[in-house]
Amino acid sequence: MPSEIDAKKRERIVRRAALELRDGFYVNLGIGMPTLVANHVPPGIEVILQSENGMLGVGPYPFPGEENPDLINAGKETVTELPGSAYFSSAESFAMIRGGHINLSILGAMEVDEEGTLANWMVPGKVIKGMGGAMDLVASARRVIVTMEHTTRTGAPKILHRCTLPITGLRVVDTIITEMAVITVTPAGLRLDEVAPGLTPDDVQQATEARLLISDNLQTITI
Amino acid sequence: MNKVYASAAEAVAGIPDGATVMVGGFGLCGIPENLIDALIATGVKNLRTISNNLGIDGFGMGKMLEAGMIAAHTGSYVGENRLLESMVIARTLEVTLIPQGTLAERIRAAGAGIPAFFTPAGVGTVVAEGKEVREFDGRSYVLERALPADYALIKAWRGDRLGNLVYRKTARNFNPMMAAAAKVTIAEVEELVEPGKIDPDHVITPGIYVQRIVQGAKYERRIERRTLRERQSA
Repeated sequence: MPSEIDAKKRERIVRRAALELRDGFYVNLGIGMPTLVANHVPPGIEVILQSENGMLGVGPYPFPGEENPDLINAGKETVTELPGSAYFSSAESFAMIRGGHINLSILGAMEVDEEGTLANWMVPGKVIKGMGGAMDLVASARRVIVTMEHTTRTGAPKILHRCTLPITGLRVVDTIITEMAVITVTPAGLRLDEVAPGLTPDDVQQATEARLLISDNLQTITI
Repeated sequence: MNKVYASAAEAVAGIPDGATVMVGGFGLCGIPENLIDALIATGVKNLRTISNNLGIDGFGMGKMLEAGMIAAHTGSYVGENRLLESMVIARTLEVTLIPQGTLAERIRAAGAGIPAFFTPAGVGTVVAEGKEVREFDGRSYVLERALPADYALIKAWRGDRLGNLVYRKTARNFNPMMAAAAKVTIAEVEELVEPGKIDPDHVITPGIYVQRIVQGAKYERRIERRTLRERQSA
């Protein structure tokens, strides 16, 4: 079943992304797959999750009967607070984002190009939903990681020479994590740092439109 | 001084056709349910609304959409309305989408006497088209204007007769900035209390920003996405 394969792919991506967390990080997780990173925080590491609708210290989903309509995350899902959580306005929330206080923003992508330009908010001809806080986050988080499936459902590359969709941010992505690879955006171009077990750099390049530089210290993804 | 109105209907009376109206809330969280219903009942038309979202089909600002009273809307995300899609296609509604942080800061700026500011959000995107982009210390920023309104409809948890407001959890969101950004701010609260009942250290929106206050008659406080975890058996 394709959905099961997708779930396994996503699990691998999410687990690898969780290894980028560092103790003391303030982290904003995007809606969808990035939210799942919270389930895999490595032992001994404490991170504080920020939700741009006005909360630091986002806790897990509530137990049945304990959900509170006044307590949601940026995906409008019911969540809980933790000891030490804090609430603030949307202006304060984006001031802390714009001010560079968020260590790490993890979000999804439709396309990323070789300069780290990101497109993830709009497909011309389809219903426009809006960018929400994505443009603010990618412009100002200290580090931006994109988690996504390496290709589209039809197998077309999503890591491109140049983005074709309307962009979310210009040269904003630092790292791309997919089920196939971990790729770092460098001034010289995209550097392939890690490949999934059983794949060769050539396999990754075949699924990627942008030309990949191979790291001198190429590793296998371990999660 | 008496800012207290007996009902939401009285509190929204006099909002004219074509007014610019801010509505607080994020999704369905912290929205002024009673004021929205009362505003719809006035039959006012051609409103220019400012709100992060537009409710959902059948609830919150979604009901204003259905009433056909919105001519133009500015927000950051409108993904939950099927009706909206058909209205945009039929050109009966003009929607302007801007980054959420830019929306929040434009509203804040309007209430704080700042006519415009530079932000890095949206540089190089459609958001920056037609706007001044300037470099500071090697980085590009786009000039964004303050976003004021004629009226703000906001929701707080508790308020006093003088308009001092306290919010609860993430229901605060856009409400405090909107309070300051409108010529007339109408606040609805779940609990209306006497001055002195709110610890002055706990006031989030000082009463100076609130012109009218009303206790909401009833609250549905609908949840948009009920996400739960399972109880582990011990």
